[in-house]
Amino acid sequence: MRGVTSARQQHQLAEAGEPWWRQRESERKRPNTRTSSTIPSPLCASSLKMACQALQSGESLATLKNESDSLKKKLEEERAKLHDVELNQVAEKVELVSALSIRTRRVLKGHGNKVLCMDWCKDKRRLVSSSQDGKVIVWDGYTLNKEHAVTMPCTWVMACAYAPSGCAVACGGLDNKCSVYPLSLDKNENLAAKKKSVAMHTNYLSGCSFTNSDMQLLTSSGDGTCALWDVESGQLLQSFHGHTADVLSLNLAPSETGNTFVSGGCDKKANVWDMRSGQNVQSFETHDSDINCVKYYPTGDAFASASDDGTCRLYDLRADREVAVYQKDSIIFGASSVDFSLSGRLLFAGYNDYTINVWDVLKGNRISVLFGHENRVSCVKVSPDGTSFASASWDTSLRIWA
Amino acid sequence: MSTNNSIAQARKLVEQLRIEAGMERIKVSKAASDLMSYCEQHARSDALLVGLPASENPFKDKKPCIIL
Repeated sequence: MRGVTSARQQHQLAEAGEPWWRQRESERKRPNTRTSSTIPSPLCASSLKMACQALQSGESLATLKNESDSLKKKLEEERAKLHDVELNQVAEKVELVSALSIRTRRVLKGHGNKVLCMDWCKDKRRLVSSSQDGKVIVWDGYTLNKEHAVTMPCTWVMACAYAPSGCAVACGGLDNKCSVYPLSLDKNENLAAKKKSVAMHTNYLSGCSFTNSDMQLLTSSGDGTCALWDVESGQLLQSFHGHTADVLSLNLAPSETGNTFVSGGCDKKANVWDMRSGQNVQSFETHDSDINCVKYYPTGDAFASASDDGTCRLYDLRADREVAVYQKDSIIFGASSVDFSLSGRLLFAGYNDYTINVWDVLKGNRISVLFGHENRVSCVKVSPDGTSFASASWDTSLRIWA
Repeated sequence: MSTNNSIAQARKLVEQLRIEAGMERIKVSKAASDLMSYCEQHARSDALLVGLPASENPFKDKKPCIIL
């Protein structure tokens, strides 16, 4: 946490809209001085052994630095060689998107405070949302009924996710944990009683997602790591180290593409990880500020990011570079969240200026601006069948657009 | 001890960069055309792009609006 912030200061900062818990890279303690964490850093455990090996093989800090500099240069050259054209140039021959008839179709009211996160159920009608006051609500999007509500023991529930089966939800935030609540058909049953604590981080939980089944949970945290957990036993299956500041978002690759996920954080980096080995396989650093959200393109060959620098960007994984920037001089507020439409042609982005912008992914221009929310948009997600998308906002409501 | 840590970190960075450098990459033109063809193939089934009639979209009201 950033220094010692009194409860009163926290309240003031929160009311002013500042994410007071978020630590920028410059403010983080260097890894050497970090106290022991729940998730062991490979550096601490094996550093002595590696250092001995390094000294034995004659490597010094200087030779290693030379090698890393030359590798970085080589990477830049390789990437530049393949940069033969811009995406929007190739897309010139594609037809323009005709006028969209998207408007608010539902307004979900019921949260008493800022809604921070939401997720769709695979049945395309239910949603789960979480808010600053600790409430997690499951809604029926068609009828506006609140089907379940639970109050978490912490505030700022920044992450929530629906299980693939539709039978449970996961959520967490300032409690540094991710808990799973099985959803009961019996409305009178106390959900909180069946709560299972699965993930344990050493700082706030920023994101969570079930993998292909209800059995595994992937989490991202302000402690700079991501982790994969077994839901039943709560066991840590794999941890992902590499970010040098808070991780703010994660997204799993579409199931056809295999076991990878992408994460974005306060170190302005978006990293792609192999879930089995824990290895960081690709890294992108072109944003000028914190990356708030990352989302895969439907094929899994690319992903988009939303950042506090006011831009959204598209990165192609096979070309290993940024291929588009979605920006306008008039957009000066940060982008908090992005999602693609079913075909990948449209990119919906929520901003801190209360609007949602719809971008043409291929041509790079903004197609329309959607107004309606009365405060920051914190989360946008397209429904599983692509017929609508939902947005969550600090104005305490959620909207469904179609 | 701190020198050993710096060496370990530098070594880790070099290993990471070696992995990234060894990656097979394709040209942006190829990547772009693949993105385009996916968009085109699926455009018709993208309800938010082409629009679904009210009868097929559960979020759109089927009743006609009366403007007062």
